Amino acid sequence: MTSEHATTLIGERFGSAQVENGPPLTVTLPVDAWLPFAQFAKDELRCRYFSFLTAVDWKDQGLDVVLKIDNVDDNLSLIVKTRLEPGVSSCPSLTPLYRGANWMEREAYDMFGIVFEGHPDLRRILLTDDWEGHPLLKSYAVDTPHPPYR
Amino acid sequence: MSSATPTRVELDYAGSERLTMNMGPQHPSAHGVFRAVLTLEGETVIDVDAVIGYLHRCHEKLAETLTYAQYPSIASKTDYVAAMTSEFAYVRAAEMIGKIEVPQRAEYLRVLVSELQRVASHLLWLGTWCMDMGGALGGGATIFLYTIRERELILDLFESLVGARLLYGFFQVGGVRYDLPDGWAASCLETVDVLDGRISEYERMLEDNPFFMARAEGVGVISRELAEDVGISGPLLRGSGVAYDLRRAEPYSVYGDLDFVVPVESSGDCLARYRVRMVEFRESLKIVRQVLDTLPAGPVSSRPGLKSVAQTRIPKGEAYARIEGARGEVGCYLIADGSAKPYRMKWRGASFSNLAVLPHIIPGHKVSDIVAIMGSVDPVFGEVDR
Amino acid sequence: MAVKPPPTPEIPVPVWRNFKDLQEWETLHQTRPEGDKHSAAFEAVTEGIHSFPGGFVLTTAADSFFNWARKSSVWPVTFGLACCAIEMMATFASRFDVERLGMVPWASPRHSDLMIVSGTVTIKMAPMLKRIYDQMPDPKWAVSMGSCSNSGGPFRHGYFVVKGVDRVIPVDVYVPGCPPPPESLLNGLLLLQDQISHFHRTGQRAAPSPKVD
Repeated sequence: MTSEHATTLIGERFGSAQVENGPPLTVTLPVDAWLPFAQFAKDELRCRYFSFLTAVDWKDQGLDVVLKIDNVDDNLSLIVKTRLEPGVSSCPSLTPLYRGANWMEREAYDMFGIVFEGHPDLRRILLTDDWEGHPLLKSYAVDTPHPPYR
Repeated sequence: MSSATPTRVELDYAGSERLTMNMGPQHPSAHGVFRAVLTLEGETVIDVDAVIGYLHRCHEKLAETLTYAQYPSIASKTDYVAAMTSEFAYVRAAEMIGKIEVPQRAEYLRVLVSELQRVASHLLWLGTWCMDMGGALGGGATIFLYTIRERELILDLFESLVGARLLYGFFQVGGVRYDLPDGWAASCLETVDVLDGRISEYERMLEDNPFFMARAEGVGVISRELAEDVGISGPLLRGSGVAYDLRRAEPYSVYGDLDFVVPVESSGDCLARYRVRMVEFRESLKIVRQVLDTLPAGPVSSRPGLKSVAQTRIPKGEAYARIEGARGEVGCYLIADGSAKPYRMKWRGASFSNLAVLPHIIPGHKVSDIVAIMGSVDPVFGEVDR
Repeated sequence: MAVKPPPTPEIPVPVWRNFKDLQEWETLHQTRPEGDKHSAAFEAVTEGIHSFPGGFVLTTAADSFFNWARKSSVWPVTFGLACCAIEMMATFASRFDVERLGMVPWASPRHSDLMIVSGTVTIKMAPMLKRIYDQMPDPKWAVSMGSCSNSGGPFRHGYFVVKGVDRVIPVDVYVPGCPPPPESLLNGLLLLQDQISHFHRTGQRAAPSPKVD
């Protein structure tokens, strides 16, 4: 599985996806193709290695959800991105496909407030349960005080 | 095995009492501030809820407020047991975005300190793991005292190179901060020779011990499928039969020119992870010898005295840099917006993914095995919670 | 997504007794009695001895004996938080070996006299830290090791970091450094021993030590 082969396969199956070459292969998708693409990548591109999932806050242009998966045998790396429009804060969960997505999605929920539909146990993971706000959003000041310890 | 996530294991049972037990966050064998809420049936663990975040130090948010020159010394505080490799991931991401050239000597020095750091980190792992497994290994702290003795030798080398023992700030965008002092290479070779002999000593001590073998063999088996699905890396992944080492799979820096072996074990238990790390000790020492033999002359940084904001500015772009740290894939996903500070930094800590495998492998084991499994996973909580 | 203006930081006065949920604990756990008084029975016996002529000699001698015993067997609880914990382990291990000062790292807070707060205290950890401190029997001491637990250190501006462990528990000795090398920590522990030997003579916790400046 070379990256050219993967690019053609992605082009055939997902017409709406934009593919950027150069390792790692970067694929940008609409939200509704998120779960089907992950399924396709796992089954047909054999990207079974779950590396990480995170998000990026682009202020008034919405949030990017970023996923990195690898094909360990053929050394193919894939970065998959989708854009959540402003006001949208839900995204399909990848937990049924990758067990590693469990903690990563909890972290993204904790830090960005993205609700992953279908996640079995969506709680805060790093911050305390009674925390207010989502720290990695750009609207959150880095030294926001939290009583009683400050 | 289905691919759905079993976060709560529900077993059919009648009669016996189910007990919820708290373990941590102050627990001597938790290797940091980790809390596990265990559900027990007798001595058998049937469910574990891992609570992390006790050391969340806002690394990703703080990185957005610090320049590319400032952050590397803070990056060393993510994986503080292997601080050199953490710095490496960050500066490599910045160099990938800015297409900044690194002098050849600096690349060799980076590999040199990374490999020494891997040895130091594995020494600490071996000591604490054997101490956790307790009195069966001859008075508990024996191996710990031995490995710390050897680790101090490496820390002495770092102290004479950088001036710090644990957290360095040695890497900077465009190279490294200091060149080797006089006589450093000779004392490094001496240390490497000492270490080589001592590691065989530990191996004899441990593998002739039936208690050690009984507690490590067949405990905490991670299947290949689970390993890839959760995304564990480093010695854990190679202990589960996947020959994936970033130094080989994606040779960064000068690893392509060096000769070393990537150890793989297929059984996936604690003993396999131990064996992988024991081979890694020797391979790292081999790399150190090769680097010292072939160290080219020249400058150590393309941007010496990196201080001002104008010098640190990096063009717009994004990159994901990953390196093989002591615990696995340390990755830094960096988005630059053209200023002297990154727009967003995501730290992919190897320990975070490695620890995420615990809820999948602990159920079914006895309480005493948790300590052995935790130790063999070797988490560093600075990197888990970031 | 609507962009909210960043909230203005408001930092209250760092007096650890004023915090609300800590006050709740204080009703359950007497943190540190004023001047570390002995029990009533002990006080009565001491007063009895003082009524004899020359009794003061006996109590003073006993006091210095107790303080000598206390300072020579300080057992720190093994409570590693962050990076400094690795240096703390190095201090306890082969090369630096604090056991020659009578310090045995002990895993249970209920048998320990000293807590070395080694690393960043986060908001999630602070209640746990307070609880472990409360579990230690009196008289007890605390050493704040490293910049993070002294003041927040390099993470001071983070939203999740407590700006100094002295906002949670009272501290006797501060050891600076990021992380402090074992030599620094040893110096701090020797200063603590010096404080302990002045414990009852001054009636204060942190007696001014001639070695500090």
